[in-house]
Amino acid sequence: MAINKESNVYTVIFATLMVVVVGGVLAFISSSLKPIQEDNVRNEKKQLILKAIGSEETKSISREDAGAEFNKYVVERLILDYEGNILEGTRLTNETPVDIKSAKDAFAVDLQKEYKKFVQPLTNKYTGTDLVDELTKETNIHYPLFICQVNNKKHYVIPVMGKGLWAGVWGYIGLESDGRTISGAVFDHKSETPGLGAEISKDFFSDQFIKKTIVDQTGKYTPVKVVKPGTGVTEPYVDGISGGTFTSVGVDEMMNRTLAVYHKFFQKEEGKQLLTNI
Amino acid sequence: MSEVAVKEKEPLFSKKNKKLITDPLNDTNPVTIQVLGICSALAVTVKMDAALVMSMAVLAVLIAGNVIVSLMRNLIPGKIRIIVQLVVVAALVIIVDQVLKAFVYDVSKQLSVFVGLIITNCIIMGRLEAFALANKPWASALDGLGNGIGYGIILVVVAFFKELFGSGTLLGYEIFGNATDMTGLYAMGYENNGMMLLPPSSLVLVAIYIWIQKSRNPSLQEGH
Repeated sequence: MAINKESNVYTVIFATLMVVVVGGVLAFISSSLKPIQEDNVRNEKKQLILKAIGSEETKSISREDAGAEFNKYVVERLILDYEGNILEGTRLTNETPVDIKSAKDAFAVDLQKEYKKFVQPLTNKYTGTDLVDELTKETNIHYPLFICQVNNKKHYVIPVMGKGLWAGVWGYIGLESDGRTISGAVFDHKSETPGLGAEISKDFFSDQFIKKTIVDQTGKYTPVKVVKPGTGVTEPYVDGISGGTFTSVGVDEMMNRTLAVYHKFFQKEEGKQLLTNI
Repeated sequence: MSEVAVKEKEPLFSKKNKKLITDPLNDTNPVTIQVLGICSALAVTVKMDAALVMSMAVLAVLIAGNVIVSLMRNLIPGKIRIIVQLVVVAALVIIVDQVLKAFVYDVSKQLSVFVGLIITNCIIMGRLEAFALANKPWASALDGLGNGIGYGIILVVVAFFKELFGSGTLLGYEIFGNATDMTGLYAMGYENNGMMLLPPSSLVLVAIYIWIQKSRNPSLQEGH
């Protein structure tokens, strides 16, 4: 007997079988490729941190090598709270291997998650000093700091996370041993427009930050601005991306907001100790 | 058994089968003649490398989707055939996305959402519905290959002009010199065309392509 293909029973059975088969195949592929994908993401993060140091030696390390080279250059890592205090038990040296499951490991801090959960609701509601006040009350936000050593010179790498036009933008800012001069910067993004906002990940943009300081002569915190050329700002600034205004504003905002915390840290005893202890 | 018998009679690359590949490149091009899949042709053509990978991804989904649907063509209930096609395409696109993320991570980051949007590419559903449902797997595979390449050609051609005049580079290599350091042509006052970086310029380029294509081939011209 030929099966009636147009009957409801056949249709339902066919649909059910198809969904089960397709679901199974996708689940299998997803779970078998997951370790490779997560490795890619982790190694890329390591590569970006090493690149942000700004040294020729660490700039050219490929994503594949970054996993192994990371502990060679990043000698210490720690987590700060919003006030710029080191959180207890988070100061780890490169003898402790990176543990992505540990809450005490600076490398494991998921800034994207924290930004979405804690920072974004506040940045939508408050601006300026109000925002700073509100962020101070938010104790859930972590501020990781990576202390690196290249050619016997100390560098600090600071991760930043913010919002572009379409989705998240983030980056890593490298400071020289004085804790105020930028030695390198890298930026990346989730889905900014190719050719416009996406250009922030190019060297020509991030290299503009090198040698700029985050502190003025009197020792006051003055973040590097990202502006349109010719806007006439007096603070240190870099040129934004033409056609990528929202992305440029996002970069400006995240650096301004985040570096302030690290500046506080370097003003404190613990931070000063770190600076002199070269 | 009748299928096997027919297959033996017809050589793998018969005249008819060859036409399945060559027609979509010109006379029945999915983008310029059928005007399908325009959305991604406008969006991912700013850079050549992204356009190339996007073409490969669409090509893979198109061939695999055509073959799978063609193999199932006698089993699919008519009432839910569009849903079945959609599930097949969606599954294939997810697989392509996962594979890209695992093995060509950098490119997959560049394409970002556009890989997922292959699901909505009208060319794919169009070929499944118009061809694969009524033809044998081998012919369907060739049809997928032809249409995939036809789509890819347009993407690459458009991306070539957009990247060249919009960024002054090709596949990332600087052709006109460095715009930030003001070397090469830029030293003489040349400037990149910002419009070329935006989607509307693709409309103009695709239109010029259609114009040239139709003026060279009178059979494509519509009567008045």
